[in-house]
Amino acid sequence: MTMGTAKVPSPSSAAGKPVTQPGKLKAVNLNFYYGNYKALHDISLEVPANRITALIGPSGCGKSTFLRTLNRISETIHNTRVEGQVLLDDENVLTVDVTALRRRVGMVFQKSNPFPKSIFDNVAYGLKVNGFRGSLKDAVERSLQRAALWDEVKDKLQKSAYALSGGQQQRLCIARALAVDPEVLLLDEPCSALDPIATAKIEDLLFTLKDQCTIVIVTHNMQQAARVADRTGFFLLGKLIEYNTTEIIFKTPTKQETEDYITGRFG
Amino acid sequence: MTLRDRWRKIVNFVMLSLTGVCAVVAVSMLFLILGYLVYNGWKSLDWNFFTKLPLAPGETGGGMANAIVGSVDIVALATLFGLPVGFMAGVYLAEFGGKTFSGLVRYTADLLNGVPSIVIGIFAWTVVVRPMHGFSALAGAFALGLILIPITARSTEQFMVSVPQTLREGALALGASKWKSIATVVVPAAYRGIATGMILGVARIAGETAPLLFTSLNNQFWSNGLTQETASLPYMIFIRAISPYDDWRRSAWAAGMVLLVGVLLANIAARLILSRGIEVQK
Repeated sequence: MTMGTAKVPSPSSAAGKPVTQPGKLKAVNLNFYYGNYKALHDISLEVPANRITALIGPSGCGKSTFLRTLNRISETIHNTRVEGQVLLDDENVLTVDVTALRRRVGMVFQKSNPFPKSIFDNVAYGLKVNGFRGSLKDAVERSLQRAALWDEVKDKLQKSAYALSGGQQQRLCIARALAVDPEVLLLDEPCSALDPIATAKIEDLLFTLKDQCTIVIVTHNMQQAARVADRTGFFLLGKLIEYNTTEIIFKTPTKQETEDYITGRFG
Repeated sequence: MTLRDRWRKIVNFVMLSLTGVCAVVAVSMLFLILGYLVYNGWKSLDWNFFTKLPLAPGETGGGMANAIVGSVDIVALATLFGLPVGFMAGVYLAEFGGKTFSGLVRYTADLLNGVPSIVIGIFAWTVVVRPMHGFSALAGAFALGLILIPITARSTEQFMVSVPQTLREGALALGASKWKSIATVVVPAAYRGIATGMILGVARIAGETAPLLFTSLNNQFWSNGLTQETASLPYMIFIRAISPYDDWRRSAWAAGMVLLVGVLLANIAARLILSRGIEVQK
């Protein structure tokens, strides 16, 4: 698999819903099992390129599980099984080399997880393991700037990443993911442990990033989805109940479950 | 204060005192041993002890240089053989093992940990000493290495398992292969713990005596090589402590003191390394 094949726009009518941008990432009839437990039921969803797509729903609804199948990090858990397809630029991710896939589809986790290394080495890590040739220093600076963290850390790049605050650590993890220039960035409740100010910074960051990559964000926080997302999908009990533009989901949802959740009647 | 409250206070006081006394007994044992060793051993401990060969009973002077060097040789060889095997096995257990096989390995390692060291000695005698037709440092190192493997494997596994899963996922999500993520993230995150476990393991085998009775045996002189009988501190202590000569018995105390101080220093080093904290967020 090469980067060269990546930019071909795909026909966007497949998912049956109007999508203004070409679909970057598509799930087709996706089922997911933890052992015998079926966690995802027949999910079909198309993520438009250079847009922010939010996945919302109550705890345990499968939205994180779904996100984790997109870069196959779900495979790190034993005894799991996937049925159906995930297509990245119309290429089935289940058949491509997994390390190359993860280089193209970056991920930021719920809890910031910087490595026990210096700030510099954290950002450089992805570049190093992918055999990056060129100036690490420039690449690290560029990534930290993209993550709006450069000004805060430029004088302490050799300090341990653990010396940073929680919000800074999460932006460091975003910088680390951006360093390898992913085409898609998956974020799994990236702000759940952050205060409103750090959250606002990350949301601002997402807006600036969407020109350069496609973003899928799982969030517990409905206001956050309403603020940042172009499209929103609502998950319930392992099913994708409704998927549409954020405006429609929040103002005129077609499904009763969606409306109940949005209006706070459950979950 | 009601009667019941008073009774509670009394029970509380008694139990607290009891546990305190037992704690003091436990701790004082170490200091008692240490004090006894120093009291009996220091008189024989001089420069000669570290530089001279042992002399026949009755002759004054002499030391245990050959036993000290022999011990270092045997333990170093055992370390060379036991640590890498134990470490890799520990990595396997923590990172790669399927349920059945790693369960079996883990159980076997625990069993091996519990095998009396004298049995390990007989085993080494059967598979090394007999085929080689003689006692040797190699055989001793083999026996001690066997003891070291399960200790290292289990402690390595334990510290690697305590590295949060999110760190592994972070590395994998950046396109690192599994092996790369282990070598560059998980092991570095756990290295203090792993190193501590290794030091404690080496300290433990340094004091083992029983396996050496069948394997490296003893030597009154410098050993002529790894395939020869080789003196060691634990063996020297054993021989001299039960001898009828006063100065030999004193030198046994001295040797015990040297050994104990070595093990204590290793323990302290291990604690210092560990107390600097495992750099992993909880």
